[in-house]
Amino acid sequence: MITFRMNGLDVKAEEGWSVLETAKFYGLEIPTLCFNEGLTPHGGCRLCLVEIGEGLKTKLVSSCTYPAEEGLVVRTDSKRVWAARRMMIELMLAMAPGSKVLQDMASRFGVTQVRFTSRNKECVLCGLCVRMCAEQMDAKAIGFQKRGLNRKISTPFDMRSEECRLCGACMYICPVCQLRCQGPNAEGVLCNGCLTMDPSCLDHYDDLQCWMYDAGRCGTCVREKT
Amino acid sequence: MKHYRAHLLVCAGTGCVSCGSFKIKEALEKEIKKRKLQDEVQVVATGCNGFCERGPIVLVQPDGIFYQLLTVEDVPLLVEEHLLKGRPVKKLMYVPPDEKQPVPKMKDIEFFKHQRLIVLRNRGRIDPEKIEEYIAFDGYEAMGKALAEMTPETIIAEISASGLRGRGGAGFPTGRKWAACAKEKRTPKYLICNGDEGDPGAFMDRSVLEADPHAVLEGMVIGAKAIGAVKGFIYIRHEYPLALKRVEIAIAQARDNGLLGEDILGAGFNFDLEIVEGAGAFVSGEETALIASVEGKIAMPRQRPPFPAQKGLWGLPTVINNVETWATVPNIIRRGADWFQGLGTESSKGTKIFSLVGKINNTGLVEVPMGITLRDVVFGIGGGIPKGREFKAVQIGGPSGGCLPAKLLDLPIDYESLTAAGAMMGSGGMIVMDDKTCMVDIAKYFLNFLQDESCGKCVSCREGTQRMWEIVRDITEGKGKESDLPLLEELAQVCKDASLCGLGQTAGNPILSTLQYFRHEFEAHILDKRCPAGVCTKLIRYVVLSEKCTGCLSCKKACPTEAITGSLKEVHSIIQTKCIKCGACQEACRFEAIESQRDEAIQVI
Repeated sequence: MITFRMNGLDVKAEEGWSVLETAKFYGLEIPTLCFNEGLTPHGGCRLCLVEIGEGLKTKLVSSCTYPAEEGLVVRTDSKRVWAARRMMIELMLAMAPGSKVLQDMASRFGVTQVRFTSRNKECVLCGLCVRMCAEQMDAKAIGFQKRGLNRKISTPFDMRSEECRLCGACMYICPVCQLRCQGPNAEGVLCNGCLTMDPSCLDHYDDLQCWMYDAGRCGTCVREKT
Repeated sequence: MKHYRAHLLVCAGTGCVSCGSFKIKEALEKEIKKRKLQDEVQVVATGCNGFCERGPIVLVQPDGIFYQLLTVEDVPLLVEEHLLKGRPVKKLMYVPPDEKQPVPKMKDIEFFKHQRLIVLRNRGRIDPEKIEEYIAFDGYEAMGKALAEMTPETIIAEISASGLRGRGGAGFPTGRKWAACAKEKRTPKYLICNGDEGDPGAFMDRSVLEADPHAVLEGMVIGAKAIGAVKGFIYIRHEYPLALKRVEIAIAQARDNGLLGEDILGAGFNFDLEIVEGAGAFVSGEETALIASVEGKIAMPRQRPPFPAQKGLWGLPTVINNVETWATVPNIIRRGADWFQGLGTESSKGTKIFSLVGKINNTGLVEVPMGITLRDVVFGIGGGIPKGREFKAVQIGGPSGGCLPAKLLDLPIDYESLTAAGAMMGSGGMIVMDDKTCMVDIAKYFLNFLQDESCGKCVSCREGTQRMWEIVRDITEGKGKESDLPLLEELAQVCKDASLCGLGQTAGNPILSTLQYFRHEFEAHILDKRCPAGVCTKLIRYVVLSEKCTGCLSCKKACPTEAITGSLKEVHSIIQTKCIKCGACQEACRFEAIESQRDEAIQVI
């Protein structure tokens, strides 16, 4: 067992656990996007950042890839962490404003402005599909290409891949293309409809009509509060 | 062995080669043969001499006479006068700016006088393609000592005691890195030499590899003994063909002489080296990305820990050091840790190589002790700013570094001082800028470089650099808003905080340092829509000053778009609609009659 401190608590982690896994075990919530329990951690979205170290020499690391270490001091929700996380949400929203996952996150974590022009790229390069394809579907049909501003996910030479079985797992796991934000302001960059959620079904029924009480999941009932 | 009465050392570093030094060498050899001096005089092609501004360079030994800016036509005169008649040719010697008398001897030239050569001790002195010449200057002595007399523990202790820190940029203590790797039980262990030098305006590693490849090899064999490695890789950029060729030759010669391969020097120690060619990605210089690249994967950094010393190449313990660090190691082993300790400052020991480029009189490669001030480098060795212009800033540490203004010229160069001032040591690129440089434009240039070179893994770095570039581009085009500056600062800070590797963590530096020291220039661009240095083309227009124009037509000839009207001895004028603001007319004008002014027509809201 590895013992370290997280948010002032002494926590114990199994050998080989990451900081994120330990936090989850203790019920501490850390937002994630490119992380999925069935896939190897990537550390690209930078939402799961935590602050490690003490005194003046602290730094931010992605908790999904950082191993639990003996004597580590972790803060999961410091001011610096939140400033960075909010900026990540803002940057990703400017890439793919249609993503319901990102729009929900913005509402939940109080991101109320996007100061960048929208790219409408419909891809935030989180790499979930690449890992899904390689690790769960054993196909390796898609991968990252190029670097920096030209980075993209595609099949080799952008041609139809013989490895691809059209299983659709890449679409299933995609945080952008599977769920579309259909809130009142879906055309704009930032919806924030869920920030002031007002389900319209309650005009007609006494109970919320959402499937499995996952309120607002489909997005159709969300309207801006007047 | 044949003895020659004189040696002509022709610089064959990349800079001089591109100025035609191989042609000079050929001409020299031909001329010497013609004069039947071939048994008395030898011509040697050496590695980079350092004074690249003055290439092609020939040094005549043993006299120590320094000839510069040579052409093939100068060769017969040089041979006849100097070698036959013994009269050094004054007109081919170096004349310092603002002086009339030439300085004949290399050691008296300001550029060389203040340098302290340790890593570059053999530069311009030996033929890098001949192992015998390296050995003649105490080469492989340190390796012999390490293999025969020292144990891994004593080698690491010596390196630790010397206080050597990694020369790649971050300055991690080399001894500690080696000790961590030596401790690991798993085998085989690997060594890597990081020669992926990608900073714009930097050529330190290239020059070391070109001028003294055996020093790197020797350092790596010593390192291999210290950590128990069996195999090493030298990672060199594909864009450095000369360095690749010379290292290849050096490895073959070392193998032939029993200095590499099995049972080195009969000491029962095996170690071999292999060259890996990089495909030109800046991010490959990051150690974990470089390891991925050697493994044949995309050069994408990964989380540390585990550090390469524990889990590196193919998951095995690996020590990865910069070219300059490896080349320093033999010197420490040969001359001892105490000697190395005596150089430099409290926390930064030894010397550091800088490539001095930009708006400076003496462009070239310099090796100086740590702790020397920026002023000594820029004005002492560098000879100040050309054309009597004013010094504005020096950019240190490549794209990840920062721009330091004139008020920080007395800052000592060491790891801590530079970081505290908002720059960093980096691998040692030093770009000097004069008052004709626009700092917003510089920030844009480095951001453009970074957005292209970011590997693209982290949102903070990939998107952060792109967005910062977009904002700065808008500012240079007169579309800046007042809210842009706080947003830039916020982005730069988050990019530094949230990114995984050194590239992202320092990508905010060009913005933060220029904003810290040159905020007024950003404000001039945003509030007044004015580029004080007259660089940002969207904010300026070129006009002819009628009182200075002599009507010489030279600007008209230089203009690529025929935007200049007027005939001989008549004041010219520029048709603004045709002008593409390339600045060629201003360059061509000898009377300073063309000025870049604020363009009143551009008033973007």
